[in-house]
Amino acid sequence: MLPQIAFFLLAAVMLISAVLVITRRNAVHSAVWLIATLFAVGGIYLLQQAEFLLAVQIIVYVGGIMVLFLFVIMLVNLDVAVRQTPFSRQWLLGLVTVLVLSGELAWGFYHEIRGGFALPPANAAPATAGNTQAIGLALYRNYMLPVEIASVLLLVAMVGAVVMAKKKLD
Amino acid sequence: MSNAIPTSWYLILATALFSVGVIGVLTRRNVIIILMSIELILNAVNINLVAFSQYFRSVDGQAFAIFVITDAAAEAAIGLGLIIALFRNKATVNADEIDLLKW
Repeated sequence: MLPQIAFFLLAAVMLISAVLVITRRNAVHSAVWLIATLFAVGGIYLLQQAEFLLAVQIIVYVGGIMVLFLFVIMLVNLDVAVRQTPFSRQWLLGLVTVLVLSGELAWGFYHEIRGGFALPPANAAPATAGNTQAIGLALYRNYMLPVEIASVLLLVAMVGAVVMAKKKLD
Repeated sequence: MSNAIPTSWYLILATALFSVGVIGVLTRRNVIIILMSIELILNAVNINLVAFSQYFRSVDGQAFAIFVITDAAAEAAIGLGLIIALFRNKATVNADEIDLLKW
């Protein structure tokens, strides 16, 4: 019973703060609500027995990416944007599109569940080794080449961000 | 009874989070909030990956989730660099005022 209560609590926090992210007028408020959403997603990871991902979520997302977001929000002047309307002209069309998309997805779920493909609860994995050790073995043994490619991607992103954000030398 | 949450619950939750993210991308004017909505979408994908990782009792889905987080970090760095360059040239962060390629 306790995992279900935790699941619904985390799901409620996640969805409410996600809606607040996309409706706040001030971008700083959106960023703070996004941090709440990311913490709730980390709680869901913990519920799914992915402890290492919870640590990565908090260190990389909340500690790295959100600080970057807040810095950029401080850099660009938002006094004008707060007074303008926060939604674009085609917001109604976008909303209808997403409602159709969600309807399709809900229809698919409904038929999958009625067709007997309801996924049963997963059994707890036999915890022979820790979660971190298992992920480390998977990353550095089976996925060694993707890890190298990801490191090159991060290097390219870092150089690209520096090149784009620096002032023109004239 | 250590974990009695069906995998479909996670999928439905991820669908809801994904839909909220797509609404944000399609309806907001502020480019920074559009980038935040993309982070919401990537988190929904990660919930799905970890749910199936748990369902199949394999750690591969969590390894993929780490790659997704890597991509999110790279995307945030590049996107925010673009926003700074854009703000320097156009002095706006509204997506519908950035129409240099329109004629």
